[in-house]
Amino acid sequence: MEFSGVKRRKPWLIGDQRKASYPHSLQFYLQPPSENISLIEFENLAIDRLKLLKSVENLGVSYVKGTELYQSKLEAEIRRLKFSYRESLEDEYEPRRKDHISHFILRLAYCQSEDLRRWFIQQEMDLLRFRFSILPKDKIQSFLQDSHLHFEAISEEEKNLREQEIIASSTSLGGPKLELEYVYKIPFADALDLFRGRKVYLENGFAYVPLKDIVAIILNEFRAKLSKALALTARSLPAVQSDERLQPLLNHLSHSYIGQDYSIQGNAGKISLDQIDSLSTKSFPPCMRQLHKALRENHHLRHGGRMQYGLFLKGIGLTLEQALQFWKQEFIKGKMDPDKFDKGYSYNIRHSFGKEGKRTDYTPFSCLKIILTNPPSQGDYHGCPFRHSDPELLKQKLQSYKITPGGISQILDLVKGTHYQVACQKYFEMTHNACDQTHFNEVLKLNRFTESICSSTVIIPYGCFGNTGCLVICCHCKTS
Amino acid sequence: MEPFDPAELPELLKLYYRRLFPYAQYYRWLNYGGVVKNYFQHREFSFTLKDDIYIRYQSFNNQSDLEKEMQKMNPYKIDIGAVYSHRPNQHNTVKLGAFQAQEKELVFDIDMTDYDDVRRCCSSADICSKCWTLMTMAIRIIDRALKEDFGFKHRLWVYSGRRGVHCWVCDESVRKLSSAVRSGIVEYLSLVKGGQDVKKKVHLSENVHPFVRKSISIIKKYFEGYALVGQDILENKESWDKILALVPENILSQDHFYVSLQYNEKGDHFNFQKHHSSLQRWEYLKKAASQCPSNIKNEKCGPWLEWEIMLQYCFPRLDINVSKGINHLLKSPFSVHPKTGRISVPIDLQKVDQFDPFAVPTISSICHELDAIFTSEAEKEENQAESDIKHRTRDYKKTSLAPYVKVFEQFLENLDKSRKGELLKKSDLQKDF
Repeated sequence: MEFSGVKRRKPWLIGDQRKASYPHSLQFYLQPPSENISLIEFENLAIDRLKLLKSVENLGVSYVKGTELYQSKLEAEIRRLKFSYRESLEDEYEPRRKDHISHFILRLAYCQSEDLRRWFIQQEMDLLRFRFSILPKDKIQSFLQDSHLHFEAISEEEKNLREQEIIASSTSLGGPKLELEYVYKIPFADALDLFRGRKVYLENGFAYVPLKDIVAIILNEFRAKLSKALALTARSLPAVQSDERLQPLLNHLSHSYIGQDYSIQGNAGKISLDQIDSLSTKSFPPCMRQLHKALRENHHLRHGGRMQYGLFLKGIGLTLEQALQFWKQEFIKGKMDPDKFDKGYSYNIRHSFGKEGKRTDYTPFSCLKIILTNPPSQGDYHGCPFRHSDPELLKQKLQSYKITPGGISQILDLVKGTHYQVACQKYFEMTHNACDQTHFNEVLKLNRFTESICSSTVIIPYGCFGNTGCLVICCHCKTS
Repeated sequence: MEPFDPAELPELLKLYYRRLFPYAQYYRWLNYGGVVKNYFQHREFSFTLKDDIYIRYQSFNNQSDLEKEMQKMNPYKIDIGAVYSHRPNQHNTVKLGAFQAQEKELVFDIDMTDYDDVRRCCSSADICSKCWTLMTMAIRIIDRALKEDFGFKHRLWVYSGRRGVHCWVCDESVRKLSSAVRSGIVEYLSLVKGGQDVKKKVHLSENVHPFVRKSISIIKKYFEGYALVGQDILENKESWDKILALVPENILSQDHFYVSLQYNEKGDHFNFQKHHSSLQRWEYLKKAASQCPSNIKNEKCGPWLEWEIMLQYCFPRLDINVSKGINHLLKSPFSVHPKTGRISVPIDLQKVDQFDPFAVPTISSICHELDAIFTSEAEKEENQAESDIKHRTRDYKKTSLAPYVKVFEQFLENLDKSRKGELLKKSDLQKDF
């Protein structure tokens, strides 16, 4: 790909040739683009795609993926940013071209570290999953062929011979509706995630995969290919970065946020200790609320709780001095010797602020980390209430928080479906005046692409939630 | 059969490795037609010598090298490992990180001790003809799946020498499978989940996968003879309580079920007692368990519970760690078991129901047979040296080891045929004539 300093006219292909270069509304990005484009277009394409991927990320935590609401919002977003999505639309050349080029540009920016790659791959996969879900069934075969995926749909006859077995094997097929489904025959080793759980019919070394399940396989293929490609890109990156025109842009892209920049430093010192009690009931997410309550009641928290809550307090702006005072005051109420506190606990607090040991300035735990690691046991108060609480207890807790019965049942349904973050989001909506969703999304995030992608500290501008005068610090967790 | 005395092993092994071990066939197997360069030379073997001395990363140049070394070291036990990127016996000379396991057969190890919770006749290392049926069922179920579901063609089943069986899947594509796929295959073949603290180890969903359905059909053929008669799992209160522990509480407490399993004053199951044999009680239990409970929603009515019990008592239990690692070392066929003296012999799949682990020759018995033949034939032969050579090439054939080597040879024939077929296909594609 060459870049010129002068704005050039885009190459103009006539009708059929344009269609041929992008036969589908989605692609596997197997071939890099080979046009000349201007630097300005380079930058614009990259930023637009970054906006798109951020939207994909936001919608993914706000709504359950695959639901109608999610699908329609995502489609609206794609259309707004003028990317390709639907197969059947006419003259899709420009959006498809934009999609193609911008993907490869972002590869340059997001290949550089494990976390950047992981984030990029996750959003691209979600985007592909969406586009594939709206692809008309008769177009699927040709898309697969063009993507060099050797998945053959089997004939009606072959399907009928195995109808009973295929229906009995696949959990995604509801009832005997096999005539309407395409079934693909692929080597069993290519369907690992399906056959290991006995979710597909195997015969003579082949898996007979109905259309619904082939998506998972395609996504895995996509992930594997993209992962490899990013590794290759990273190796040849020095050559690209040496181009002075590109270096600043690429750096900016991989560190950029959409919207305002919220950093921990920006928060420091913005809250006082006496605000914490009221903030805990008004603005904390349930996990932190329960930790705070336990701390106040027991004048003590175990290690897991101290880590999770301590880092959170740091994230919302407690300084080291405030933190030391906060914890010491509380522990002393529990008849702890002040000297014992200084000896045993203050070191750890200073350590988490980066003032001891290897001096890492630790960031708060991400939702993913809280949900997946270190589950609480008897006597612990950390973890995610939506994940770790018994549903009955959770219900009681939500009732005590004065959530409406309708809201509670919605939340419990989401918990049953393991959509813990969406449940937390619902909780947030229920405990705050319903604010416009897009506004909420824009306002999120300390997005740092590090392992502990920050449980976001949201500094909501004055007036948004009807509070006057003071900063409402509301915290909502987000995952990568 | 000649009784086996472990103290005699050193002498017996000397004779075994000099006159009886089927080197030619063994090499023919692991060389795989010599199609891939150095495939045999890069194969790891490990030896366990006298006094438990264990040496890894043994490798050999060819059949005669293998023979010489085995005769020199007289191993008590031989394990086969992976084919590596370099000769294992030179692995210390290789740059760090470059010495990698590349290929290996897919192997399975089924051990009778894993069934201790469901067999009443024996425990731990003991086996008897009653519980051996568990191995028969395991072989039938696993082999069917490997052949019909996965399309694997070259499967060698071997008696481990004491309390279990091994399977070696030797297809060319299978030897190249990744660890992840191997784990996936074991997962596909697993149904019994949970350790000591889990009572009910099998849970079936409403949708029964064809693999499960076919496995149940196989178990059904053996269940009456093995479980109801042989193991007599419903013999008395102690034993049938174990079965009832697998019936979910909500079914057990159903009126019709509870009433039918009423206890009398002595605490015995009234109606169970009415029936006189495990067979009758099983019929009764089946009917009671499959009746649709009237006041419980979402409970499946049908044979699921019956199947879950059968599966828990009969379905094979695999050790995933043996199968998933490409570099895992497994006991070699024709190795001797140091405690029982039995030879790890191939099992004839055509006659799996008749296989009797207690009829498998021990090293002392075949050495004894050899001695008897040798002395009688030597009396006939004039030229000692000539007879010596003649005997060496046909010795095993005159002992009870012979039929087992024949099974092995049939397996090798099939491998050869496949290989020729593949080569033919390839040359056709390249239009070599």
